[in-house]
Amino acid sequence: MTTTKAQRVVFGETLVELIDQNPRVLVLDGDLANSTRADIVANARPERFFEMGIAEQNMAGVAAGLATLGFIPFISTFAAFSAKRDLDQIRVVIAQPGLHVIITGAYSGILTGKTGKTHQSVEDITIFRAMPNMTVIAPADDVEVRKAMYALVYDLDGPAYLRLTRDPYKTIFDDSYRFQIGKGVVLADGEDVALIGTGEQTVRCLEAADLLAAEGIHAYVLHLPTIKPLDEQAIIYAAQRTGRVVTAEDHTILGGLGGAVAETLGEHYPTPMKRVGWRDVYGESADNNALLEKYGLTPRHIAEAAKALMR
Amino acid sequence: MKPLTPQRLQELKEIAARVRARVLLAVHHAGAGHVGGPLSCADMLVALYFHILNIDPDRPNWEDRDRFILSKGHSTIALYTVLAERGYFPLEELFTFDAIDSRMQGHPDMTKTPGIDMSSGSLGQGLSPGLGMALGARLLGKSFRTYVILGDGESQEGQVWEAAFVAARYRLDNLTAILDYNGLQQYGWRNAPGEHMLTPIENPAQKWQAFGWHVIETDGHDMAAFIAAVEEAKSTHGKPTIIIAHTVKGRGVSFMEDQYEWHARVPTQEELSVALAELGQSDLLAVSQGGN
Repeated sequence: MTTTKAQRVVFGETLVELIDQNPRVLVLDGDLANSTRADIVANARPERFFEMGIAEQNMAGVAAGLATLGFIPFISTFAAFSAKRDLDQIRVVIAQPGLHVIITGAYSGILTGKTGKTHQSVEDITIFRAMPNMTVIAPADDVEVRKAMYALVYDLDGPAYLRLTRDPYKTIFDDSYRFQIGKGVVLADGEDVALIGTGEQTVRCLEAADLLAAEGIHAYVLHLPTIKPLDEQAIIYAAQRTGRVVTAEDHTILGGLGGAVAETLGEHYPTPMKRVGWRDVYGESADNNALLEKYGLTPRHIAEAAKALMR
Repeated sequence: MKPLTPQRLQELKEIAARVRARVLLAVHHAGAGHVGGPLSCADMLVALYFHILNIDPDRPNWEDRDRFILSKGHSTIALYTVLAERGYFPLEELFTFDAIDSRMQGHPDMTKTPGIDMSSGSLGQGLSPGLGMALGARLLGKSFRTYVILGDGESQEGQVWEAAFVAARYRLDNLTAILDYNGLQQYGWRNAPGEHMLTPIENPAQKWQAFGWHVIETDGHDMAAFIAAVEEAKSTHGKPTIIIAHTVKGRGVSFMEDQYEWHARVPTQEELSVALAELGQSDLLAVSQGGN
């Protein structure tokens, strides 16, 4: 397997590429550049890096003002803060006016480097998918982060939320992968159960599919890197193909990917479902494996949910 | 900026009286809206749009125009009226204020109204986009300037001070904030009874100075003084300027001045007649029945 880069490293490197191609791209940082790795821009292209300090509300407004002049600002801070410290600002001066600002949520989910409840972000997908005009993206791996960033700059003219993770995990895509905003990606075919993932949990869906295969269960794996606009057709097809759906996200099951899939199937193709994700609780600080195990996010948990549907 | 001749000053004052009358007419017609705040900032809006700003009503999106943000978006009917008087859209459209499908929304919406450079309405948010515009102008090598009118009530929002800190750090001397310092907010005002009330910001000059801004204090109803303050802001280098404009809420109509109940009250037909008479604009009352 090739060496996997952390999503945050690819984020910083890709920003430099985009800045070199497009002078309108720039970065606003909320005093976390050496964590989010926006510091790669600060070091390589300092003239396109703007430190806004620990003041997220102002940062969102500054991005809006820059966007009215044709700049494409990336707001860079942790997901926990991106989604909440400046939520009304994002709504009033970015989302409703439809400005092309890319809000990045670094350190999303629970794997935030032993920082615990304040730094874990498990509501951000729900929050941003409820906001009109907003595009919501959660890439699975380092390759997809880069492709998604290009798409957000070149294929979109409006606000977007890009959800990123802290630690390297596994690479599932190669450079031939074509990312399209709003399109799901079928990663494995099978007729017994559909595993639908977003972000890094899609990788664990593939691992769960391997566990299920060992028991003779054939899983269909659908990756939804775009949670909004949602690829409803891909979800309905997965349900039609298998008759059982498990969703997996490093996020609350209330209103996130699981909620979005349930809304879609409830209206168009009612199907038995299990949602694997945060179950309406606050987190704690611990190492990644301990967190995944305690809060039920491992491939084994996904596979167990699938088997429960088959009983 | 053109020279401010006595004749020009008189013209501006006349426009401001007309704007005040049209604000009251529009709010009366809509049966809703704020009046105290719009009358408080009316003189400054007229001075900006008729004398100071480098703009072109025929090209509201002209990329080199000066930018203006009404952070205290609740006073938007005054801005709409000034924009209409300036020729951005027909005066009759003011009577669609707050109506369904109207471009005259209850708070400024940059996606709907020609001449609105930034949406606002949730208080305390306008200075930050202004900072972004000023920073962007510098990056683009453009000479346009950005002006933001802030309310004294909304200065209780922490974001205003986040923006104050960052704008000073970036030495944005192409950014001018204007504080509409009328001392009266929705549920708090100077000398209000009871210690539970919070009145608007006190000693704003000291506070803004401490944040690294150039501070000018002026009378926000004295157009010549206000225009001179803007001139001083334009010739100030290395730091942003705030003009602390001492104003009277409800200015121009005797029974509305400094009265908190006129923050957002709709005048009755009789009150409207008296107010327009005080403003010397009774002629507008007749045409209002038919539209303009």
